[in-house]
Amino acid sequence: MTFSNSAELLSFHWVAYSIYAAMIISVVAWFGYNLTRKEAKSVFRIPFYWYMAFLVAGGVGHHIFTYNTIPWVSQDIDRDNITPDAKYEFEIANHKWINLPKKIVIQCNQTIEFDVHSRDLVYGFGLFRQDGSLVMQMQVNPGTDVNGILDSNAILWTFHHNGLFDLTSTEYSGPAEYSEDGKDLMLVKNLVEVVGCENGGAK
Amino acid sequence: MSFTKNLIEGTNFDHTSLNALQKVTLRAVVMAFLFYGLVAIEGMIMRMVEVGHSPLNPVPEQFFHPEHFFSIMTVHPIVGIFGSTYQLVFAAFMFLVPYLTKKPLYSIKLANFVWLMITIGTALAWIAAFVWSYAPLYTLYWPLPADTHQFKVIGGIVFIVGVALIMVGTLGFIYNIYATIFARVGIHKNKTTKELLISGFGVDGMLNLINKLRGKQPYTKEPALALPVVAIFRGTVDTFLDALVILGAGILVLVYLIFDASGHALDVSAVDALLYKNFFWWGLDLVADGLVLIYVAGSWYLLATLITGQKLFMENVARAALMLELLVSWMVWSHHLLGDQGQPEMMKLISGEMVTAFELLTQGLALFITLVTLWKARPLKMTMELKYLLGGLVGFGLAVPAAIIQADMGMNRVLHNTQWIIGAHVHIALIVGLYMTLYSALYVLWPLVTNNTKLYSSKLSNAHFWLHLIGGIGMGAFMGMAGLDGMLRRHLYVDGQFNPDMVFAALFGTMLLVAWAIFLYNIIMSVGIKGLIGIFLPAKDKTASYGIEEELEPADDPAFAN
Repeated sequence: MTFSNSAELLSFHWVAYSIYAAMIISVVAWFGYNLTRKEAKSVFRIPFYWYMAFLVAGGVGHHIFTYNTIPWVSQDIDRDNITPDAKYEFEIANHKWINLPKKIVIQCNQTIEFDVHSRDLVYGFGLFRQDGSLVMQMQVNPGTDVNGILDSNAILWTFHHNGLFDLTSTEYSGPAEYSEDGKDLMLVKNLVEVVGCENGGAK
Repeated sequence: MSFTKNLIEGTNFDHTSLNALQKVTLRAVVMAFLFYGLVAIEGMIMRMVEVGHSPLNPVPEQFFHPEHFFSIMTVHPIVGIFGSTYQLVFAAFMFLVPYLTKKPLYSIKLANFVWLMITIGTALAWIAAFVWSYAPLYTLYWPLPADTHQFKVIGGIVFIVGVALIMVGTLGFIYNIYATIFARVGIHKNKTTKELLISGFGVDGMLNLINKLRGKQPYTKEPALALPVVAIFRGTVDTFLDALVILGAGILVLVYLIFDASGHALDVSAVDALLYKNFFWWGLDLVADGLVLIYVAGSWYLLATLITGQKLFMENVARAALMLELLVSWMVWSHHLLGDQGQPEMMKLISGEMVTAFELLTQGLALFITLVTLWKARPLKMTMELKYLLGGLVGFGLAVPAAIIQADMGMNRVLHNTQWIIGAHVHIALIVGLYMTLYSALYVLWPLVTNNTKLYSSKLSNAHFWLHLIGGIGMGAFMGMAGLDGMLRRHLYVDGQFNPDMVFAALFGTMLLVAWAIFLYNIIMSVGIKGLIGIFLPAKDKTASYGIEEELEPADDPAFAN
């Protein structure tokens, strides 16, 4: 099992957590009802050590599961040793994107590096599908090295589905990001387009 | 009794019968619930803005403006967490520690200072946002709080002074708690500081467990401190460290703002933004992952024993787990920085993922111990305190895994900064988990703090319970679903882009607001307006303890005596 894009992961997560939420609410409701009954007997016994083992397995197993099913985890950890197919580098200053290409066209299955620098505040870099769901994101921290070169905030991403994606900042950087009537001034519509995938576009 | 008479006089509440400890407790509780109402209204305004422009939307146009919207978002957690939750928790603990240790509170004056400082500080922070639209959000990501192009210097100074006063009040609470615990009077007359420290950190529980495994006699059969006091002791360590970090960040911002106002602006790039994030989140996370979880675990243990009248199941394990939480809560902050590419990968992996996952263990253990303690005592009457306790357990049962799921390098890419974390985790943890636990404590303590005042209506109490439970879970769930659909948490949406999720979240949020109004009405009709005013009048009885009949003997060595 591997999630080929974040839309699949979000759908899986929605189902899994909804089932869990329904379970925990039902268990406590059942528990509360039986607390008031003298004749209530344990349906099953949960040995303490098995319960603790279950929690440990759940906590650790979750990360093992995601490491093995979400491709961007290992790619992110090992990103310094991966050569991207293309690299896009731009800056943000005063709530404006600087040196941003008018359009970025990516071929299917290409691995792209986005390297974003901030000249003033903490921003975010996030790509969104046309239905508003999040493809991926990272934080963009300001800062320079001793030579005055802006700090890098770089992410690698491999695109497996066709799609047209919008860009905006995913971190709050003050009300100046918006116009008086509340429009997001950092929103860039249709910046990234992924083409060439045979089966299906993004969600 | 007529409505008017009830409104003025209450049921049988007599404020003149309250001693100084009861009055100071009730003063903080009153302020906490007033701030809760303010925060619920603020939350509803933001929710309605996110529903978008519509003829049916009653929210005035001015709230859709970014300055106004983010000002509310900035003070919302300050009022909610410090003005309401801190006050309520501090009030409960400054009553409980003397009650459980059978000793007087170290200082009633200091307790009054605490609620006054937190109230004034919260009000100042709120005024800074309302009057000057100071809106760097509670995260205070550097250098935004010192960005005088976007914010007025005066707004920043008033805000920081407000937060600093809250922290000064917090330090007052900490001093009062530790001075009470370490006072060598009454049952602790012959205890040494070392014994109290060992018990306070849960070391005696750990040693008892080790001795049991080695087939030896227990280290102690009668620990120096009761388990809930251990949780308060332990959680207060994190409260202290958190106060220092927030004060430190506040001083930094204040220095920059004052220099800016004097015409000699300092270079904001002198402070590394990522290093600052690490420092700030280390401290701020001690609230979320330290004191809240520990205080809550202690409250569950206390409530379970008071409701059942029986000893806590696996008490030594519970004590040892509180010690373990000491290590966990100090090492989990990196889960807030999984989206920061400059953060070292090992810190993300160890602190952000692995140690954070331990919270599943510590909170799961507290849940288990509480449930088994209740189960062993069945049949139990489904009282209000039991109902609320079960509600609190559900809240954390939902909220803790929601956070653990996100504290993952894979999931964080698509969930960080979305409504998932603020809805499915934070709001459910606070509104359902924490507040329902606190309501349970309130129902347990009500007869003690008010000298057996009769509640005006149990039907209203029930209505409050169900509206709060369903409203809290419903609102958090729909916010969480909007997060999965890509809705950011610190973002302004004015066109209803995430409807119908936001419409449903607003409907459930309305239930929460109505629940609060019902609760407030029930309390006012119980104590009456006269009683409410009377709470704030000086107490004739200066007693700083509750339930102690005999005169307390101080320690032989006056240096250690209270």
